[in-house]
Amino acid sequence: MTDLTSLTLAEARKGLAAKTFTSLELTDAHLSAIEAARVLNAFVMETPDRARDMAKAVDEKIAKGEGGPLAGIPLGIKDLFATKGVRTTACSKILGNFVPTYESTVTSQLWRDGAVMLGKLNNDEFAMGSANETSCFGPVGNPWRRAGSNTTLVPGGSSGGSASAVAALLCMGATATDTGGSIRQPAAFTATVGIKPTYGRCSRWGIVAFASSLDQAGPIARSTRDAAMLLRSMAGHDPKDTTSVDMPVPDYEAAIGRSVKGIRIGIPKEYRLDGMPAEIEKLWSEGAAWLKAAGAELVEVSLPHTKYALPAYYIVAPAEASSNLARYDGVRYGLREQAKNIIELYENSRAEGFGAEVKRRVMIGTYVLSAGYYDAYYLRAQKVRTLIKKDFEDCFAKGVDAILTPATPSAAFGIGEKGGADPVEMYLNDIFTVTVNMAGLPGIAVPAGKDAQGLPLGLQLIGRPFDEETLFSLGEVIEQAAGRFTPARWW
Amino acid sequence: MSTATHKLLKGSTGDWEMVIGMEIHAQVTSNSKLFSGASTAFGGEPNSHVSLVDAAMPGMLPVINEECVRQAVTTGLGLNAQINLRSVFDRKNYFYPDSPQGYQISQYKSPIVGEGEVAVELDGGKTATIGIERLHLEQDAGKLLHDQSPTMSYVDLNRCGVALMEIVSKPDIRDAEQAKAYVTKLRSILRYLGTCDGDMEKGSLRADVNVSVRKPGAPLGTRCEIKNMNSITFIGQAIEYEARRQIEILEDGGQIDQETRLYDPNKGETRSMRSKEEAHDYRYFPDPDLLPLEFTQSFVDELKAKLPELPDQKKTRFVADLGLSAYDASVLVAERESAVFYETVLENLANRARDGKVAANWVINELFGRLNKEGRDITGSPVNAEQLAAIIDLIGEGTISGKIAKDLFEIVWQEGGDPRALVESRGMKQVTDLSAIEKVVDDIIAANPDKAAQVKDKPQSLGWFVGQVMKASGGKASPQIVNDLLKSKLGI
Repeated sequence: MTDLTSLTLAEARKGLAAKTFTSLELTDAHLSAIEAARVLNAFVMETPDRARDMAKAVDEKIAKGEGGPLAGIPLGIKDLFATKGVRTTACSKILGNFVPTYESTVTSQLWRDGAVMLGKLNNDEFAMGSANETSCFGPVGNPWRRAGSNTTLVPGGSSGGSASAVAALLCMGATATDTGGSIRQPAAFTATVGIKPTYGRCSRWGIVAFASSLDQAGPIARSTRDAAMLLRSMAGHDPKDTTSVDMPVPDYEAAIGRSVKGIRIGIPKEYRLDGMPAEIEKLWSEGAAWLKAAGAELVEVSLPHTKYALPAYYIVAPAEASSNLARYDGVRYGLREQAKNIIELYENSRAEGFGAEVKRRVMIGTYVLSAGYYDAYYLRAQKVRTLIKKDFEDCFAKGVDAILTPATPSAAFGIGEKGGADPVEMYLNDIFTVTVNMAGLPGIAVPAGKDAQGLPLGLQLIGRPFDEETLFSLGEVIEQAAGRFTPARWW
Repeated sequence: MSTATHKLLKGSTGDWEMVIGMEIHAQVTSNSKLFSGASTAFGGEPNSHVSLVDAAMPGMLPVINEECVRQAVTTGLGLNAQINLRSVFDRKNYFYPDSPQGYQISQYKSPIVGEGEVAVELDGGKTATIGIERLHLEQDAGKLLHDQSPTMSYVDLNRCGVALMEIVSKPDIRDAEQAKAYVTKLRSILRYLGTCDGDMEKGSLRADVNVSVRKPGAPLGTRCEIKNMNSITFIGQAIEYEARRQIEILEDGGQIDQETRLYDPNKGETRSMRSKEEAHDYRYFPDPDLLPLEFTQSFVDELKAKLPELPDQKKTRFVADLGLSAYDASVLVAERESAVFYETVLENLANRARDGKVAANWVINELFGRLNKEGRDITGSPVNAEQLAAIIDLIGEGTISGKIAKDLFEIVWQEGGDPRALVESRGMKQVTDLSAIEKVVDDIIAANPDKAAQVKDKPQSLGWFVGQVMKASGGKASPQIVNDLLKSKLGI
């Protein structure tokens, strides 16, 4: 039965439709895989009973020919998504044993379409981190290791649990969220496909907020086709989120295999960083060559404000976070520490409930919004954001359809290796991805090769607003050229 | 600011002028809250009108209630104010258990309504114009209950998230009377518009009052803000006290500390709540969960077309069309319900042009007088508009005298019934039969020869004869006929 876990989502859909196996069998196979892979710490909550119940119910529907587009497909859910009746913590102590009475819009659409929930996936606390090391449940292991090494590497973050679980064949796909690169960077670190759709494409309702103007949900999967299938169910207008956009959701899967002939790919010169590893440089050229061979045109483009993106991001995101996290005060739900008065209740609960990285960002955010500093920091960062957005608009106005960049400046690193002394070292992981969030654009990370140590590397494609289809078409070209990457099982 | 004179306060160093500005928090009349579908009904069980959004559960998002937007725009139009087709919701960040989000959603730099003005009536028929700085929409907070447990405080979030309009005046108010008149007028306009019920006891309308003093013509002084006033009387008292307190400090060579104060109506004094140093840094920034609020001019125009007649327009019409005095017209339009009552009386009158003014007198003097005496308001009046109109018709057509009408009013007040039928059944009709009245007149003159002889020299004693005749006729004789007859018989 373990074979079932190695199927792609598309293959599983076929098998289920042909009644080669049932959703319950498929689900059980994954539940066993999860149990055997606890050392990875990808799941923070396994929900086997619920999974089997959902699978049985779906099997009945499939038997009647009523299954939805994801009928019977077992998925993992990032712990940032509220799941009705299932503990949801954002991997923060401050939420304690919080059990929502409501289901996020994105997950409810997945269940509507027949998907099965295996459990909740680990992530950086409140999605703040790039290595999944800030989770209150501890770090997540990357199923990939350096050749000849037993060092456990990080899967990236914040959607580290999602990426690790998908790469390790623990689920057929996973929900994830991306505020500065939290889908694309872990996808690149684990040889999975992750897409952050255009801001407004997926509803944020029921997703624990980090930075509202940047947060966006998306899938992590093992192929572009699988990602396309998942996004179609996840996306859509939601009247409960006024920043979600009322536009029809295309059949993204139809874009897989579509010709990319004549599509103009911009290669931004500002992404060629000083001291960038030669392997990354090589991967980037290779990706460009594959796209060219498939008929796309390559043009050098300039995104002049790129260098300001990371500092501006680390003002805007913490500012919003400092306010979004104010509701975790020990008064209504989650952790409450003993206190003599209300101020102490706040102080003790928040001191005990938040981890170091969250505290750091709350403090940065509070500082940049303070009277006297607002104009110098927050307002300027917003101006930079407008300029970054305009860089991309100018590019698209010149006929560029998509932009190709590396997904990350390096491959996965060891747990505890980075950011210990200087948090900026960790923040630099997001250097290629934050611009996309700042501009609200869609971005996809696809596996494209390996470094000298055998670790996967990814490329990023950035598209026009709401043109996820082109990204899927281009991603498929890279996937076909680069081949699939599966980690050797060590857990 | 108009030229209306205002009160100066005498100090030991001369006259002082008050400079007052107000922030009025008016609860928007709407079925559901500003950003959630929870009910706004008053007086529910604690925490029975709380949605997931109101309780700030993780991942919840605000969605603007269009009805509240319409109400704010309508209010802006009623204040002759600039309507901003684009406005922005900001977060005002502070920790307090009655504010579950840890921030209040408000409007800071770009409010929905800009500058406008309100004309207020002052004693002696004077008026003043008070400028409106802005009106913005924001969320109300919940309520803390400290008396439920010896060791804990409880919180009731029913009010949390209810829409408020904060209406900020310019510092155009110059004394307590103007301040009271301003709140009264603003409340009246809101009630006419139906955008706020104006119920100050329930907290639907609260005022923060900023007071400073200066020598006339001098630059503005340092102000103190008196928070959360929910009575027009107390607003007047608080301003008087606060201005005197500041004058005393300044005349003693002291300085005013900018601070927030509370008024204690029992002691009749204000006391410090928090100083400027303790003031919060609210870290305002645009709420990223909400797009800027945008609507079209035609949306505004539609609301404008639906605006009801406002007190000032109604007053002008009453004066121009019915010949009421400006004062009477003001009294009638001050409360929407009074105006509605009066207009219903008018609609039911047989001859509006002839009796409109009489009707105004009856409503103001007889009806309001009686209601005041019994501490009732117009909506609970035992005499309804139709009955009052019938009484006035009976006077106008000469069926009863004004005096009998008062008796009739009393009967209707006590017992109810159709005034016309009552006049019939109780024999209250005015006697207009000339010969019957003439007989009474002759009898009275004959019985009082001395007085009849004096009346030529003292015409004012005619009134005594009129009184005697009316008394003898049981009040039913037509006073006009009695007068005419007496004059001719007494030869004056």
